[in-house]
Amino acid sequence: METTIPMIMAKLVDVGIQNSDIGYVFRMGGLMVVMAMLSLLFGAGAARTASVAATGFAASIRQAMFYKIQDFSFSNIDKFSTSSLVTRMTTDVTNIQNSTMMVLRMCVRAPLMFIMALIMSVSINAKLSVVFMFAIPVIGVMLFFVSKFAMPKFRLMLRKIDDLNRVIQENLSGVRVVKAFVREKHENETFKNTTHDVWDAQLSAEKLIIVNMPIMQLVIYACIVAILWFGGNMIIVGDMQTGQLTSFITYVTQILMSLMMVSMVFIMLVNSKASGDRIVEVLTEEIDITDDGANENLKLEDGSVKFEDAAFSYHNDIMNCAVRHINLDIKSGETVGIIGGTGSAKTSLVQLIPRLYDVIQGRVIVGGHDVREYKLDHLRSEVSMVLQKNVLFSGTIIDNLRWGDENATEEEIIEACKDAQAHDFIMSFPDGYNTNLGQGGVNVSGGQKQRLCIARALLGKPKIIILDDSTSAVDTATDASIRDAFAKKLADTTTIIIAQRVSSIEHADKIVVMDNGRINGAGTHEELLKINDIYREVYESQQKGAE
Amino acid sequence: MPPMGPGRKQGMMKKPKDTKKTAARLFSYFKQYKLRLLLVVICVIFSSGANVYGTYLLKPIIDDYIVPFIGQEHVNLAPFIMQILIMLGIYIIGAVSTWLYNRIMVGISCGTLYTIRNQMFEHMQKLPIKYFDTHANGDIMSRYTNDADSLRQMLSQSIPQLISSAITVVSVFVMMIVISPILTLLVIAMLIVMLVVIKFIGKRSAMYFRKQQNALGAVNGYTEEMVEGVKVVKVFCYEDKSKQKFSQINGALAGAASNANTFASILMPIMGNLSNIHYAATAIVGAYLTIISGNTNGGLFALSIGALIAFLQYTRSFSHPITQVSQQVNSILNAMAGAERIFELLDENIETDDGKTTLINAVIDDDGTVHEVAHRTGQWAWRQVHKNGSVSYSPLRGEVDFENVTFSYDGKKTVLNDISLYAEPGQKIAFVGSTGAGKTTITNLINRFYDVPDGKIKYDGININKIKKDDLRRSLGIVLQDTHLFTGTVMDNIRFGKLDATDEEVINAAKIANAHWFISHLPDGYNTWLTADGANLSQGQRQLIAIARAAVADPPVLILDEATSSIDTRTESLIEKGMDGLMKGRTTFVIAHRLSTVRNADAIMVLENGEIIERGSHNDLIDKKGRYYQLYTGAFELS
Repeated sequence: METTIPMIMAKLVDVGIQNSDIGYVFRMGGLMVVMAMLSLLFGAGAARTASVAATGFAASIRQAMFYKIQDFSFSNIDKFSTSSLVTRMTTDVTNIQNSTMMVLRMCVRAPLMFIMALIMSVSINAKLSVVFMFAIPVIGVMLFFVSKFAMPKFRLMLRKIDDLNRVIQENLSGVRVVKAFVREKHENETFKNTTHDVWDAQLSAEKLIIVNMPIMQLVIYACIVAILWFGGNMIIVGDMQTGQLTSFITYVTQILMSLMMVSMVFIMLVNSKASGDRIVEVLTEEIDITDDGANENLKLEDGSVKFEDAAFSYHNDIMNCAVRHINLDIKSGETVGIIGGTGSAKTSLVQLIPRLYDVIQGRVIVGGHDVREYKLDHLRSEVSMVLQKNVLFSGTIIDNLRWGDENATEEEIIEACKDAQAHDFIMSFPDGYNTNLGQGGVNVSGGQKQRLCIARALLGKPKIIILDDSTSAVDTATDASIRDAFAKKLADTTTIIIAQRVSSIEHADKIVVMDNGRINGAGTHEELLKINDIYREVYESQQKGAE
Repeated sequence: MPPMGPGRKQGMMKKPKDTKKTAARLFSYFKQYKLRLLLVVICVIFSSGANVYGTYLLKPIIDDYIVPFIGQEHVNLAPFIMQILIMLGIYIIGAVSTWLYNRIMVGISCGTLYTIRNQMFEHMQKLPIKYFDTHANGDIMSRYTNDADSLRQMLSQSIPQLISSAITVVSVFVMMIVISPILTLLVIAMLIVMLVVIKFIGKRSAMYFRKQQNALGAVNGYTEEMVEGVKVVKVFCYEDKSKQKFSQINGALAGAASNANTFASILMPIMGNLSNIHYAATAIVGAYLTIISGNTNGGLFALSIGALIAFLQYTRSFSHPITQVSQQVNSILNAMAGAERIFELLDENIETDDGKTTLINAVIDDDGTVHEVAHRTGQWAWRQVHKNGSVSYSPLRGEVDFENVTFSYDGKKTVLNDISLYAEPGQKIAFVGSTGAGKTTITNLINRFYDVPDGKIKYDGININKIKKDDLRRSLGIVLQDTHLFTGTVMDNIRFGKLDATDEEVINAAKIANAHWFISHLPDGYNTWLTADGANLSQGQRQLIAIARAAVADPPVLILDEATSSIDTRTESLIEKGMDGLMKGRTTFVIAHRLSTVRNADAIMVLENGEIIERGSHNDLIDKKGRYYQLYTGAFELS
């Protein structure tokens, strides 16, 4: 609509004024006002739809990412680290949303305006529009070169800014370390180098971009001057009229404005490309543990676990295995303790049972079938694992417990908490089970948190329960009561306990000693004391001086 | 800028508190650019002036060089060419000045940002720990990212645009009056309508942006919680439920966001087309006036065709800068608020440090005389400067003396209550107790992360407030509960303890910390690249590296704050042996949860609610059958 206005304007000047026809002036003027009104309406409509589309788009991306992340396997998550995933879902998506909005509006508007204005100007005077034949290629070539050179420079700049943020972030969280080692000066130097890099990168990137504007201006001006000259001559000869000349000049401005918008879109795209890349990286990440090959109807029959020459690597590299040559037979209902040094792969071993990771060699057999034959959610609901680094979520205690079984009755919940020795302290809170935990469960102590996590796992009534160092902050007396409850109530449930304390596992049916990714020995407490050096050493290191 | 730090959300309107003061202070950064800034102003004037004047030339060109010659033959085109060339020249000057001022501004803004960032960082390093306790990392981070970025935007874009828009508006306005006062009245009417519209939309848009901000906060909060805890989500097969909940709040955000953005982006088309309507109105009235003046010949209402065309061209270039001014003012206010927060950081009081006593490397003769030497000897001494200017030396022994120390972080809740303790040189002192009992606070006071009144804590008989902070801390090796590794190689991370350590020293330290074995099994050994959150190492391995970092520093006094909590007891006892060898004859403080860690200490202090309730050796305390005995036999739970 906007493009028609100068055209009508030309008529108004040429016909209306030349003929002194006031009626004509008003008619044409009225038409222009109507056109502007329509244009306003449509323009506002476009802004509204663009906003809806862009925010909707962002919402879909956010949703797709969230769904994808929820489907990630543990190794997918390890690859990204949770903090980077959070940044990608928040900051990066917002960036994309903002640029989509701009791009949507400009990309439709700019080419349309360009074409319309071009048609209009050709229809006014085809000969004069030859000027564009010169101007447009000049701008095109320039746009091409600027964006070609600017893109890599912007990418470099963004990387440098990433570095900068990283240094600040690390110094913030490590401020005590820096101060304790009196490394402020050293860090200042590092930071100065980083800011200097940012300075250089930013300068060299923006130096290019700011050339855009004056060159555009120059081209526009050159066009205007050229049109004035040629147009002026035509008017003098009588081939053209004054009003037409004016509207022609207006069209020049419009055409070049639309090209300018395109160049802005380019810059936007460069800026948001980094964000886009980071999002795409998440969305295209291949999930390596899926239900493919699972038997829909296969149900876990019992809680037996068997490792057959199992090997596993975090890097999917047989030469660099976390655990290897694992052969282990656990009968349904047995209690098994696992002990071993830092980095001996205790956790890596048990994570294979609920299929948090997949073996790269050998098999893990649960209830008589390879874990890969079960549907994931079925397997995991039957194999409950209390993680070492456990998390409670914001909400009440009861909300958190219901994660184990959302349909649990109050009696069931209380029973599970009693077994986990959590009932008493829960009741000591003024709000009891309705106590709000705050984000990350900040309102309970470490030992209490661990007991809540155990109760949560118990509620699911799994056939196998795995406690990964889950009672480290619980005192030994309570620890013993929990074990007692497990032995009485969960006689049919296979229990696997990883512990640092010998006292936590010494009564187990079987104790497995891990060392450097292999099983060093297995047997009962008494057997191991006799035959296993590592076990004896650990035991002694904890008993020394006790008497 | 894509990679923003976490923390304060973007897009929120922040209002500066004292714009004048902030602006004045901001200006002080430009002093060194005085000449360049002057050049910028001149260039901006040239550039907008050229634009305005160039348009004005349309009138004489059409009126004097085209219209009179219509239909004539044998026209003298020379003056016409002249005019065209003048116009071209003016335009070229305009374009060149546009480039020039942009170029200078980019230079200034990058340079200023560099200065400000460095200043912030240097100042931040000097701030007391208390500051970091009371300010969230995300909040401090956003001063470097969001606030600094809004400042950059203001410098490189808003200010020059504002100047140029203002100059354009004013000069266009003047030109308009010159050409036709009547048509200018129309302009004023339009201006009022525009301002009303801007105000109306701005109000709505601010309201919806607030709503969007709240919804965004909800989504980000939920995302953070569910993504951080995604492993737990998986273990409980909670994926479907969390997806469902997410869809719901995400939908709410989409609704709020689309409203907010509609109002923000609707402004441009509305303003643009208001100006179109104005254009049409001007055309009608203008044409009417031209026709009349054609009939009546002159007067106040006289308007030539050329004048009308120039005027119309002006109306086109009038509304654009006005919309821009309103936008730039917003972004400048935003930047001012950002600058205020940056200055707030720069104005924070730094750690007080009026200590004069320094730590030196020393050679100590048999008779006890101390000689200051430049190289590391494994012996240290304090160099005290007295009031009369004389200097005395006393050897560093590692004696720490707390005398009735009472301390509170916030002035309300007492964390330490009347603590007295004495560590003899060479002793190993251990603290045990529940979380919040005050163990870590004691070490925080020794190295002056927090200050207590004079004379309460003495180090080798010297009031610690009299010791220069850097030297005090240099004399204390600390392994913190929260092992913090930096992005870099394993080697770099260990070397952090002593920057000039040779590779050999680093490897030795790693051996003492029992870390050598696992490090040499990493893919690239000591050159393995670590990230800050160290996802590639287990918690225990990270602690081993932190211990090696302290070991390479080879400090006179060592503090281990839960340094081995994630390390198994067997490895721990190996480390203990290594560290005991290193720290032979030097004082060590150990804080631990696990009692096996502290068992062989010379003195164990049991802390409860900020008070020492028991003290003595392991055997003493076991015999005493008190709290320590209860803890040890497992009758009592530490939390």
